[in-house]
Amino acid sequence: MSAKILVVDDEQSIRRLLRNTLERAGHQVVEAVDGRSALAMAAIEKPNAVLLDLGLPDRDGLELVPLLKKEGDTVILVVSARDATDQKVAALDLGAADYVTKPFDGEELLARLRVALRHHGVSETAPKIFRKGDLEVDLDQRIARRGGVEAHLTRKEHDVLALLAANVGRVVTHQRILAAAWHGSEDAPVEYLRIVIRNLRQKVEEPGAVGSVIANELGVGYRLLGDS
Amino acid sequence: MRAGEPDRPDPDALLRQASQESRGRLKIFLGAAPGVGKTYEMLTDGAARARDGVDVVIGVVETHGRAETEALVRGHEVMPRRAIPYEGRTLSEMDLDAILERAPRLVLVDELAHTNAPGSRHPKRYQDVEELLGAGIDVYSTLNIQHIESLNDVVASFTRVRVRETVPDSILETAEIEVVDIPPDELIERLKAGKVYLPQEATRALSHFFSKSNLSALRELALRRAAQAVDAQMLDHVRALGVGGTWAGGERIVVAINELPGADGLVRAAKRSADALHAPWTAVYIETQRAQSFGEAEHRQLAAVMNLTTRLGGSVATVPAISIVDGIKAYLKDARATQLIVGKSHRSRMFELRHGSVVDRLVRETPDVAVHVLPLDASPAQPRGFRIPRGPWGSRRGYLWTTAMVAGVTAAASALFHILDLGNVALLYLLPVMVAATLFGLRTGLFAGLASSLAYNFFFLPPTGTLTVNNPENVISILVLLGVAIVTSQLTSRVRAQADMAAASARANAALAGFLRRLTPLGDPVELARAICEDVARLFDLRTVLLVPSGGTGLVIQAASDLQFRLETMELAAAQWAYDNGTPTGKGSGTLAASDWYFQPLRAGENVQGVLGLAKENGEDPLRPDQLPLLTSLVDQAALALERLRLEEEMRDVDVVRTRDRLRAALLSSVSHDLRTPLTAVMAAAAELHHGVTPDLIATIEAEAARLNRFVANLLDMARVEAGALNLKVEAVDLTDAVAGAAHDARRSLEGHAIQLAVPPAMPLVKVDQQLLHHCLLNLLDNAGRYADPGSPIIIEAAHSFGMLKLSVIDEGPGLPPGREAEVFETFRRFEGSDRAVGGTGLGLAIVKAFSEAMGMTVEAANRTDRTGARFSLCFPSPLIVRNSSPESEL
Repeated sequence: MSAKILVVDDEQSIRRLLRNTLERAGHQVVEAVDGRSALAMAAIEKPNAVLLDLGLPDRDGLELVPLLKKEGDTVILVVSARDATDQKVAALDLGAADYVTKPFDGEELLARLRVALRHHGVSETAPKIFRKGDLEVDLDQRIARRGGVEAHLTRKEHDVLALLAANVGRVVTHQRILAAAWHGSEDAPVEYLRIVIRNLRQKVEEPGAVGSVIANELGVGYRLLGDS
Repeated sequence: MRAGEPDRPDPDALLRQASQESRGRLKIFLGAAPGVGKTYEMLTDGAARARDGVDVVIGVVETHGRAETEALVRGHEVMPRRAIPYEGRTLSEMDLDAILERAPRLVLVDELAHTNAPGSRHPKRYQDVEELLGAGIDVYSTLNIQHIESLNDVVASFTRVRVRETVPDSILETAEIEVVDIPPDELIERLKAGKVYLPQEATRALSHFFSKSNLSALRELALRRAAQAVDAQMLDHVRALGVGGTWAGGERIVVAINELPGADGLVRAAKRSADALHAPWTAVYIETQRAQSFGEAEHRQLAAVMNLTTRLGGSVATVPAISIVDGIKAYLKDARATQLIVGKSHRSRMFELRHGSVVDRLVRETPDVAVHVLPLDASPAQPRGFRIPRGPWGSRRGYLWTTAMVAGVTAAASALFHILDLGNVALLYLLPVMVAATLFGLRTGLFAGLASSLAYNFFFLPPTGTLTVNNPENVISILVLLGVAIVTSQLTSRVRAQADMAAASARANAALAGFLRRLTPLGDPVELARAICEDVARLFDLRTVLLVPSGGTGLVIQAASDLQFRLETMELAAAQWAYDNGTPTGKGSGTLAASDWYFQPLRAGENVQGVLGLAKENGEDPLRPDQLPLLTSLVDQAALALERLRLEEEMRDVDVVRTRDRLRAALLSSVSHDLRTPLTAVMAAAAELHHGVTPDLIATIEAEAARLNRFVANLLDMARVEAGALNLKVEAVDLTDAVAGAAHDARRSLEGHAIQLAVPPAMPLVKVDQQLLHHCLLNLLDNAGRYADPGSPIIIEAAHSFGMLKLSVIDEGPGLPPGREAEVFETFRRFEGSDRAVGGTGLGLAIVKAFSEAMGMTVEAANRTDRTGARFSLCFPSPLIVRNSSPESEL
């Protein structure tokens, strides 16, 4: 899958590195060094995706997220050295598809980009069956099978897992999970979610491999790791 | 004693000299009588200095309209006086502040003994002069001999004129004295010629005062006093130099004072002897039971005598004791006194026969001490004849009971009379007498004795029914009854007195001990100040305020007994004065006495820590003299406590700086090593890539870059800890979740190790900052990954016991040096041969500890017991553990 990617970063070394990585994966790359040129490039080039640095010389990258979205139908991945969770949540809330912290792993960046592009424009419906390795979750039946062992999912476990499976590979914020699984109750305590996730882990993860199926994005949300 | 090492310079004398070097110098023109020409002499002298180029101003000079004097004044710059409105009139006084502002080299101040108008800063002019001297300004002043405190009553004794305006002798001791002397005949001539100005009210006494014999005597006194001052200054000089000289063999003088008028005479006499002998002296007041019956007048008198003593340079001691003689004896022994001065008693012969003369006993019982007995020159208000020892009249209840008891005994004796003989009946009457004397005191006891005798006489002594006595034996019975009453009540009252004294002393000690107990544990200056204020306010029933210096802007209120509270400018000035000069100020003291508050400096060693202000609700004098000793003890303790806090704070500051320096040094060495090593590896490997790409080079670059990344992350974390900028975002966290996150992020360091998760499913959630916990786990896993033997499993185990939740990371490897496990959490601690080889930073575990403690957790490090390896644990105390809640409820 080839796409046109706009790389927005004021550091030349990072732009060069990203260009290398992206072109190796077969993407077409255009560059911008600040917010103004980023908006111009987005308008002219109509990229499929934007890799956006938050620390730009002329304006805060967060402000650019909605503006870039307005320019065209594009996927935005934030790539920043800022690792404060509120920044990540804000970027996601503003419409960014995902968030990658510098220093990043080239392969991981490509994988995230792939997931984001794949989901783009596709309505988020949960698959009937989620498979990973020898794990198979039948979401309709609310049954998880692993190595011949069957476990029944409770209603809440099902709701949470279904939402994660519909967004497999993407981070889903706590807020969104709570809103979906606890029927719009914004102030359902996050500890409910914690316990549901813990119980889910027992049913879907190997005892020696916690985090292999459900990844915990600290302070932001959860991500279901599919086969990739 | 100093005499033992005569060649060493005396530190006190050196200190006195040193403090004088920065002070201004005082020259006093001393005259024997008004009219000898002191002011003239002073002005002439000042003019001479002015001609030498010295900056001279006149502070205040009274010319009394004399032409020669006025001519001299015109040659000088005269400071304008300050007008002080007082009771409708306007008084003009020397403007002290203006002179301080003008800061001349020398100021001329006439009439040193002058009393300032009410409302001035100091009640007396000599105090103004002392402030000028303290500001480094030289002062010329004039003084007549009869105004010198210690000579005041000597002069009065032969001139019969007593002046009220006196200056303390201490001011003469550091002054240069010039005696302005003219022969008596000439002075009388000048007086007759009208050249001597005299105040109106003094004229009637003058004919006597200006007699030739008086003037001769005054002249002699003046010359002698001047010589004495020179002598004292010489001696100070000699002592300061450490020149061996004749020492006045360590004499110590004690004068016993009391509340009677005339005690001031004793104090002045002690001062004169002390001066003659160059001896230290103390006025001691023996506080007996009597003091409890003192009224306002007695307290005032005693306070005046004590004040006088301090003014004359003596020290004051108050000794509680059962009897005067015992108290004096004990004090003499403590003070190693050599001379005792006591006043001659006005007690009657009768009293002395009964009680023994105090003087006789002192002379007899203190063989090592020279006892001087002086007359008390004022007679007591009313002569005291035979007096029953003071005591309350007793309650009416006591008399009723006594009457009832006597009646009861009479009834009982009548009933039993047929089996008792007369003597036994008398014995029965002893009962009410003893009971009444014991319970109700002497008067009631005597009443019982009298009533019993009467009843005995009337009902039982033949002839019964009359009050006559026909047998000498019966007279004896009656006397015995009365005697028993007296003896019993005396014994009881003595025991009671002792108990009361002991109780009073115990109360004071308990107050002091309680105060200490309260102050000792306090580590916060504000709490300490509050405790001091509250305790002193409670003990003395006063309003209190504690002021402390605040960086350069003067004193600020640290605490007060009542919360809505501010001090007026006047009070603040008084407090500032007390702080600057280290002397009590305000109401009841000699300085700024118009203030409602009394300010006591809190002094520990050389440093004044602050000022304690005291005031009574109704504006009276806040303290009685008998409360002063306890207050002094409390204030001393308070000052020490404040000093302790200050020192502790200094120590802490030093400690912090030292730790910071150590950290900085460690950080520099760590940065230079831990940044450069991976950078070198990355640069070298990258250069090598030009010659061909090998998987080894790529792996090196990746590993070293990861190591750099981790190091930077740790430095950032540590910087946040050091800056105290950990904004905790506490939320409920599931340990499995946390471990999953950490294991994912640490997967690179954990390569080759299997993770065994032993976290029971029902573990409760914990309330922590997820991010910080993540960093803790990351560092622990990273640490385990680096030290564990290759291929060995790393165990993550959680256990919940005794209300404590413990999450441990357990590895299989070399473990920790035994006995030094806890050191592993110190910043930059790397055990020898362990860390560098595997690229640690020495920061990771310190971050674990700092983060854990910031979240209210503790950390533990230990060696495994089942095999070699280390076990690091994060301990979550019960307040951090969340009760289980159900997520399945349909909200």
